[in-house]
Amino acid sequence: MRGVGARRGGGDSSVAAAMMVEQGHEGIGATLKLWQGPNGEAPTAGCCTVSDSEDARRVAAQLDIPYYVLDYTDDFMSGVVDRFIGDYFSGLTPNPCVECNRTVKFSRFLDQAAEFGCDVLVTGHYARTRQDDSGWHLLKGVDPTKDQSYVLHMLGQEELERVRFPVGEQSKAETRTYAERLGLRTANKPDSQDICFVGDGNYRDFLRSQADEATRPGPIVDTDGEHLGTHEGVIDFTIGQRKGLGVALGEPRYVIGIEPSSATVTLGRREDLATSAFSVDSTGWVAGDPPPPGTLEVKVRYKSDPVPGLVVPTSDGASVTFDQPQGAIAPGQAAVFYDADEVIGGGTIVAT
Amino acid sequence: MLYLDHAATTPMRPEVWEAMSPHAGEVYGNASGSHRAARLAKNALEEARERAAALLGAQPLEIVFTGGGTEADNLAVQGAALAGGRRGAVVTTAIEHEAVLETAAFLEGLGCPVHLAGVDQMGVVDLDDLAGAIDEETAVVSVMSANNETGVCQPIRQISDAVKSINPAAVMHTDAVQSFISQDLNVDSLGVDLLSLAAHKFGGPKGVGLLYVRSGVGLEPVLHGGGQELGRRSGTHNVMGAVGMVKAMELTTADRERFRSDVGSARSEFEEALLRAVPDLEINAPLDGRLVQHSHLRIPEVRNETLLVRLDQRDLAVSAGSSCQSGAADISHVLAAMGFDDERARQCLRFSFGWTTAPEDGPAAAAILVEALEGLR
Repeated sequence: MRGVGARRGGGDSSVAAAMMVEQGHEGIGATLKLWQGPNGEAPTAGCCTVSDSEDARRVAAQLDIPYYVLDYTDDFMSGVVDRFIGDYFSGLTPNPCVECNRTVKFSRFLDQAAEFGCDVLVTGHYARTRQDDSGWHLLKGVDPTKDQSYVLHMLGQEELERVRFPVGEQSKAETRTYAERLGLRTANKPDSQDICFVGDGNYRDFLRSQADEATRPGPIVDTDGEHLGTHEGVIDFTIGQRKGLGVALGEPRYVIGIEPSSATVTLGRREDLATSAFSVDSTGWVAGDPPPPGTLEVKVRYKSDPVPGLVVPTSDGASVTFDQPQGAIAPGQAAVFYDADEVIGGGTIVAT
Repeated sequence: MLYLDHAATTPMRPEVWEAMSPHAGEVYGNASGSHRAARLAKNALEEARERAAALLGAQPLEIVFTGGGTEADNLAVQGAALAGGRRGAVVTTAIEHEAVLETAAFLEGLGCPVHLAGVDQMGVVDLDDLAGAIDEETAVVSVMSANNETGVCQPIRQISDAVKSINPAAVMHTDAVQSFISQDLNVDSLGVDLLSLAAHKFGGPKGVGLLYVRSGVGLEPVLHGGGQELGRRSGTHNVMGAVGMVKAMELTTADRERFRSDVGSARSEFEEALLRAVPDLEINAPLDGRLVQHSHLRIPEVRNETLLVRLDQRDLAVSAGSSCQSGAADISHVLAAMGFDDERARQCLRFSFGWTTAPEDGPAAAAILVEALEGLR
């Protein structure tokens, strides 16, 4: 089998590539160049730096496989960055990793890997795939602290057949040990950042650099519409935020609403955040067909624990109802549905 | 491996290394010294200079050895623009090598007026645009003899005549890095004041080049230091490099007729075979005005990046024409100047033949390419 290893220069993808090569597969290594500065310069932090691609090149040389840097800056700009900016200015809380996986890595790049003659695309994600009589299944990674199945929920049967996640079968500690045993120079690299194109800066600084709209002031109000203060742009706020609100009220307040057209930010108490139902669109089901309505574990953020909810597929998405109201359901984030360790599907939160 | 990326660099000729090897051993002196060890080095250096000058129709002291083609271009454009403490105007073209374009951009930052003349769809410089930009402020005009990506040739004599008729004091430079291997170059026939060469493009070593500087032309040095090369290029003389470069120049000159014949038939058989399989193939340079060793092609519907990998898998080495530091294919500024949009530019590949190419390599390369295209169109 010939595989292509996609790397962000991180240690996990290097180990994934090494595992496939050690299992006797033929492979090629590739780094996707996703982002560059306005004058074409490489970023100084994040995953697309020159030193990152140098590390990946060195690992490929060590594994004695060909290595390429592929230019995906246009696809990444239109599929991920522009959408990220647009979503923030619309008061949404986007997840660019999900969009990158959906529109770049596991779509166009997966097709290009096939054009390279590769049977599978190998990445360093912590997730597992299984095949049985009913088809392909997507499972959480073995290491509960590193599980990345959330950002892979959009993978369907066609994609799962063509991807492999070897490091998802082991713990992060085992991956590090493996990297050290191979003497991979990336063994001690820190994990790559969530928002790679923002680099070491703050994503709000990045948004401010993109458009004046980011700094349009607006009112901060409470749930009764009473004026509490003013802010310098809705991008400073996300749903559920408690710190840095710029108003002192003597008791904890949370952002419970962002209304972009009037640039209004609404604050409330913790209980005002609680939502018992929401819907999703851009929905994908791993099996292809939607499951029957039923209770599944629902994960509404990358770093939140799944909680039980009634998931009812609709013609263009799904509706979700919790037994207990949940806090900080942010439109724009992905909601992913699990049956124990197995990903059933997911979509983008549109309304609460 | 079938190597068709000779425009990027070409293998060193074995006789070149033979000529250089004494300078990695018994000849070790600093050519600037005054003892016997130094004299041996100095004699070798000056003999190399004389032989280089003779091949270009120049005088020995008109040859300045540099650390390569990029340095020669920097010294030419920057040296002429800043000569005499001026901030002289620079006129060049949109398709020059980055060594010229980035130097021009740097000079613009220092306050030198810069004009980039446009080119037509085949990459030929718009002479009216170029001539119209020349005035009494023009310090230097730089136009490449042939383009490194597409191989399109420019009418250097016609351009230098036009430049001199408008402003006789303007210095005329040509970057001949890509053309020397297949074209006889004489500085007087070309009418140029400055001419850049890089040894590794014609079978010499990397890291050495030269700039021809017509007697009487003043240049502000780029490298300051011990004042070697008559103050025009400081730094201990790279005698080994100069000896190797000149050996490669002589071998190239003696081999040109055979080169043009072998490479010419390899290329025409390559393109003919390819056109039969890919009838909508486009050749991105004038058929009667391009270097014999270049075949720059557009294959509609196929992304060059994908094809490069598939050709590499079949051990055929070619290039997309330009690449950034990480190795990803960039959109070529040359193709952009010719009016290519991003999508068309990303469908182009450069096949460049060289002194090791045999005529049968042409059809062999076409067969590999046709096979690599299967399933992509």
